[in-house]
Amino acid sequence: MDSKKYLEDLNEIKDLMQKSSRFISLSGLSGILAGVYALIGAAIAYVVVTNSTRTYLILDGYIFRLMLLDLFLIAFLSIGTAIFLTTRKARKNGEKIWDTSSKRLVINFLVPLLTGGLYILIILGQQKYGQTAALMLIFYGIALVNASKYSIGDIRYLGYTEIFLGLICALFPGYGFWLWVAGFGIMHIVYGLFMYFKYDRA
Amino acid sequence: MGIINNINKAFDHRVRLGIMSVLMVNEYADFKTLKELLGVTDGNLASHSKALEQAEYIVIEKRFIGKKPNTRYRATKSGKTAFKDHLNALEQLINRNE
Repeated sequence: MDSKKYLEDLNEIKDLMQKSSRFISLSGLSGILAGVYALIGAAIAYVVVTNSTRTYLILDGYIFRLMLLDLFLIAFLSIGTAIFLTTRKARKNGEKIWDTSSKRLVINFLVPLLTGGLYILIILGQQKYGQTAALMLIFYGIALVNASKYSIGDIRYLGYTEIFLGLICALFPGYGFWLWVAGFGIMHIVYGLFMYFKYDRA
Repeated sequence: MGIINNINKAFDHRVRLGIMSVLMVNEYADFKTLKELLGVTDGNLASHSKALEQAEYIVIEKRFIGKKPNTRYRATKSGKTAFKDHLNALEQLINRNE
């Protein structure tokens, strides 16, 4: 009996199931860079806020707008880098960049993330600042867990880590800045390195 | 005999295996997606999907998106069950031989 042929069949089946339902070309390198941007952004924020007349952050126009600009730049650079490097990797893998699986991934990532983003803006408008860092971490974590079903499964663990840090942050709002640094900076670098060595180098 | 009872003739071709694999994990797949994933020609995909349709393992739905015709495929319940049985039979066969 030709069990070798059947074994090949089974492998091909597994491969097709994976390829047709998951977008696997996410770049690990872009995770590392996102973490680096976050650390640089946080360092800038730290310097700006400690050198201002007030050493804490409130919605007093100038400093707050600088911080928003800082955050916006981090997000913009991270997303830009991720799109660029992922496109490059997908092309190398012969995978389509914008197909059913990548669309599904983006939608499932964006729904919780945008919900969280809007919610944070709403409560900032109501002058509740204390939980901002915690909410950013929690919603980002939920977005990652949700998206992980449609991509490399390991992202789920980054999501769990972010949610965990977010909950700690909610308990100790005074350390919000440092937990934000840990979650968006250090964790991105750690997981980015992990993904890079596990998937990109092969 | 025995162990090869569940090997299903309807799936005994790599294109058919491929179609079923994709439809097991996706609710729908359209013609173009399947063609690209499996790397087959139009005619090849059409004839193998027709065979699976006749066995009532998949449903072929033809519809229009705007003015463009669009064909999409979906696995039926009996198709999914039959494919699972087939995979289990393959697995047993391989384990038996090792």
